[in-house]
Amino acid sequence: MPPHPASWLKPTPSGLYCLPGDFYIDPLRQVPRAIITHGHSDHARPGHAQVLATPETLAIMRARMGERAGASLQPLPYGETLEVGGVRVRLVPAGHVLGSAQVVMEHQGARAVVSGDYKRQPDPTCPPFEPVRCDVFVTEATFGLPVFRHPEPEGEIAKLLQSHALFPGRTHVVGAYALGKAQRLIACLRRQGYDAPIYLHGAHANLCAVYERLGVGLGALRPATAAQKAELKGALVLAPPSAVGERWGRRLEDPVVAQASGWMRIRQRAKAAGVELPLIISDHADWDGLLATIRETQAPEIWVTHGAEEALIRACALMQIRARALSLIGYGDEDGEEA
Amino acid sequence: MKPFAELLERLLFAPGRNTKISLLRAYFSARPDPERGYALAAIAGALDFPGAKAAALKQLAMANVDAELFDLSYDFVGDLAETIALIWPAQGDDPPALPEVIERLRAAPRPAIPALIEGWLNRSDPSTRLALVKLLTGGLRVGASLRLAKLALAEMGGVEVHEIEEVWHGLAPPYEDLFAWLEGRAARPAAGAAPVFRPVMLAHPIEPEDMGRIDWREFRAEQKYDGIRVQIVAGPQGRRLYSRAAEDISAAFPEILEAAAFDAVLDGELLVMREGRIAPFGDLQQRLNRKSASPALRAGFPAGIMLYDLLFEAGEDLRPLPFDARRARLEAWFARARPARMQLSPLIPFASAEELAALREGAREAESEGLMLKRGDAPYLAGRPKGLWWKWKRAPLSLDAVLMYAQRGHGKRSSFYSDYTFGVWSEAGELVPVAKAYSGYSDEELNFIDRWIRNHTTNRFGPVREVEKTLVFELGFDGAQTSTRHKSGVALRFPRVLRLRLDKPASEADRLESVRRLIR
Repeated sequence: MPPHPASWLKPTPSGLYCLPGDFYIDPLRQVPRAIITHGHSDHARPGHAQVLATPETLAIMRARMGERAGASLQPLPYGETLEVGGVRVRLVPAGHVLGSAQVVMEHQGARAVVSGDYKRQPDPTCPPFEPVRCDVFVTEATFGLPVFRHPEPEGEIAKLLQSHALFPGRTHVVGAYALGKAQRLIACLRRQGYDAPIYLHGAHANLCAVYERLGVGLGALRPATAAQKAELKGALVLAPPSAVGERWGRRLEDPVVAQASGWMRIRQRAKAAGVELPLIISDHADWDGLLATIRETQAPEIWVTHGAEEALIRACALMQIRARALSLIGYGDEDGEEA
Repeated sequence: MKPFAELLERLLFAPGRNTKISLLRAYFSARPDPERGYALAAIAGALDFPGAKAAALKQLAMANVDAELFDLSYDFVGDLAETIALIWPAQGDDPPALPEVIERLRAAPRPAIPALIEGWLNRSDPSTRLALVKLLTGGLRVGASLRLAKLALAEMGGVEVHEIEEVWHGLAPPYEDLFAWLEGRAARPAAGAAPVFRPVMLAHPIEPEDMGRIDWREFRAEQKYDGIRVQIVAGPQGRRLYSRAAEDISAAFPEILEAAAFDAVLDGELLVMREGRIAPFGDLQQRLNRKSASPALRAGFPAGIMLYDLLFEAGEDLRPLPFDARRARLEAWFARARPARMQLSPLIPFASAEELAALREGAREAESEGLMLKRGDAPYLAGRPKGLWWKWKRAPLSLDAVLMYAQRGHGKRSSFYSDYTFGVWSEAGELVPVAKAYSGYSDEELNFIDRWIRNHTTNRFGPVREVEKTLVFELGFDGAQTSTRHKSGVALRFPRVLRLRLDKPASEADRLESVRRLIR
């Protein structure tokens, strides 16, 4: 009988730890050996000695942290297998952001999959999530309530373009997280025919350049910081949500403030954020996506890392699947914006 | 339903009045009859569906969703209508049209209504479902008043908004005759003999530069009462009490309607009056924003009216007459009609501008807000014509208060901390909030305060910042009243910033007991 993953994969204060492989996944503190699922700062923290991740995630980490990305960086492309101390490790696309991966671990015939963050909607900037059959599936639950159902992104992008047509003199500024969301929005806008230059906050420009280097075309981009007020009139501008309401936002004349996030589904949340045009575009799985994924992995047991654990565990119980909360503290708080 | 749902969604998030007006205008211009008329009725709150209440809708949702998951979701969302709309499991893309919803609900027998609604919810996307649930349960709460809708209609038709006000209360959903007029396809609907609202005449505040230009001998003076402006319309077709904004408030003041046993349209001030004496504004507030008034409330806070103008008498339109002539007609009419609960607002004789100024200074003792000045030869005109009516408010009261909390503003000020909560010292030596103010500072001062707040934040509660309690402001206000909302138990009326007092340490700000002494 293969050893149950609970005997070799343990939640610790530093994060999820794989005993036979002697590595942590997305560790919350500095560790000797880390596997990183993706580049968001709550998952990819600086200062580990050895880091294993997809080449794209490593490129993102280097761009964001420089030297502090890790003493030694080892790329593992999607689909390739690596033996780490009696554990076969494979990285499989998670569909969350460019480079994002699920960590598939096999140990003496038992298989556990740590999804990191993931989504099931299409995203032109990264390969789609691939479900892997396993004995334990470790999932996030950012949007683990049945009120969260993300609409098709095409319709949300169309809303933005309609508003742009309705208020041609106003600058449309879209609050979007700098890694993943911004590039996905740009790519979607291009697909839906918007080919004018898009203006960027400085925080976005760096990561857009990384995406372009990794082969994701984003069209004409300009720094919003260098642009004159008049030039931005009627333009589309992307900025981190926190910058829009701050002094940075004053360069924009009479802006339409939009925000792209799964939280925009809840009206009072959007209103409290001072948003005029909420766009429900998320890089996390919605309720249906979480449940469908759980079914597709056929895992008899689910571990929930962060988010609305209680409701997802209840839903698993209704599907007669065993589930428990790992209660790992520290994920899902990259300014609370990456949703 | 979908275009209506989209409109509601945009209205809810639109930051400013002008944006809301252009959204409404675009909707009314683009959508066909009768849909746009029903949308207007929904915004006006003119629709009621007794068979479709929130509890019944919750039951519908609970039949399809696990109870524990529903409760967890409701906890998170915080709004029942929204929870129902979002959690509804089916997803359709063929929502019913707004007129279909309204017409079928009106025709359906009550027991058939839940199934009808369930079918519609199944056919709809989430934002249409929310619009549907809000429409059915009443209270769209999208921040768009009927007044804004009328302003949008006026823009659309290229007419003055008071022209719409004047016919509004003679119209009924779906308002096809109104739209036909606005689009130039038909004449303006007749107000007829129905008890409709007539647009009111408003006054300008006297600014210091106006003082020299006013020929005082041409003006008549009255008290400026501290109540709300109303219009009483009574005649063979019915009786109505309207607010200044044309809102029908009849149901909340049955005693006034009962007393209006005459055929006239009168302009006046609604007040709480006990044995002919005017009670403080706080008493009147007990009666405002209510759908009805219980006998206890009517006995405790009896409503009355100070009459100051006569617009129609027995169908005769007196508005073209000069003020003096209307006043004479008003006095003669009042002597004959002697309506209960109503008094004539007395004219205040004065011989000189100086005497008038002294009267204004004494206004606080006379429990009024100041003086009204009306030109003797002015007809009654809709809107705010310049130079005919003036309001001359008494000088504001002021106090020094300490900035406690700040919040960002909206629209142009959305990146500035421009909304402030101020406190004064309680007996226990604590700062307690007494006022919120959003105006009165210059752009330069706003820049300074905004920077100060960002550098002196001690705590954040969502969008609100708590700051170091060191910055003192001189606030102007018109009066103080008891408040259950503020921890201090008092609230200031019309507070605004007069100036920044950088010279003043917080310890020298005012005390709560001196504010309490101002409560009338």
